[in-house]
Amino acid sequence: VLHTTRPLHTTQQSLAPVPPLPEKGGEVRHGLIPEEFFQFLYPKTGVTGPYMLGTGLLLYLLSKEIYVVNHETAAAACILTVIVYGIKKFGADVAAFADKLNEEKVAAALAMKNEAMQTLQTAIEEEKKEQWRVEGRKYLFDAKRNNIAMLLETNYRERLLMVYNEVKKRLDYQVAMQTLKRQKEQDHMIQWVEKNVVQSITPQQQKESIAKCILDLKALSKSARAAV
Amino acid sequence: LPAVLLKDTKLMDVKLGQLGTWLAMRDFTPGGILGAMRRGYERYYNKYINVRKGGIGGLSMVLAGYIVLSYMWSYSHVSKYN
Repeated sequence: VLHTTRPLHTTQQSLAPVPPLPEKGGEVRHGLIPEEFFQFLYPKTGVTGPYMLGTGLLLYLLSKEIYVVNHETAAAACILTVIVYGIKKFGADVAAFADKLNEEKVAAALAMKNEAMQTLQTAIEEEKKEQWRVEGRKYLFDAKRNNIAMLLETNYRERLLMVYNEVKKRLDYQVAMQTLKRQKEQDHMIQWVEKNVVQSITPQQQKESIAKCILDLKALSKSARAAV
Repeated sequence: LPAVLLKDTKLMDVKLGQLGTWLAMRDFTPGGILGAMRRGYERYYNKYINVRKGGIGGLSMVLAGYIVLSYMWSYSHVSKYN
């Protein structure tokens, strides 16, 4: 159940950015005793106070046999000597190596962050460019409108031409029909007239016309001979 | 200057005479003990280990404390030698 009346995010505290780690840890003297102890005793006993305290404590423990000296003491002394020698000799190198590892990790993370920021930056620029491109849509639509008008015009003219052609074809057909009809009538009439004329020339008339032609020819030949 | 309650004073500010009462007022429930252990661990961890360039002190103090504690626990056995 979510209590909607509960106020959320009332404090200024936020998880990011994380505060950076401190550079160095608390100071420790001789690897065992924190520096605060020395500072605590400094006002009362000065610089040598804690060392005197340590010496006195050690002698007290030894003399009262609270710390028993046995074979383990010798083993502890040898082991501690070796450890201290090792740390003193190789400490700096190990520290440098660890620091280098850390550096590499931090550099990788930083590179990733920078790359992400760069990507976002280029994305912002691309977006701005797209927004600029959008302003040109007016010209784009004008061009499209022109295209469409041209298409419509072309289509209209094509159809106009088709109509003209079709009408012309029909009219031509009618004209051709009329001429054909007239020609046929004419031919038929001529034939009919010729036939009737030929029919009307009876054999008698034919003989008379042939005789008349022969007489005309004779007369012509006489006049022609005379002319020559 | 409003006086701070004895319950809320830190250990270093408690006077020697008030130490008994102060100790009695601490939280000894299991949750309280666990919280105190966690706070102590967090203090030590954030001061000596969770830093950029930590030294040997952070680790060696823990080992020294372990050595002392184990000596204290085995003192009765060690002193039987003599």
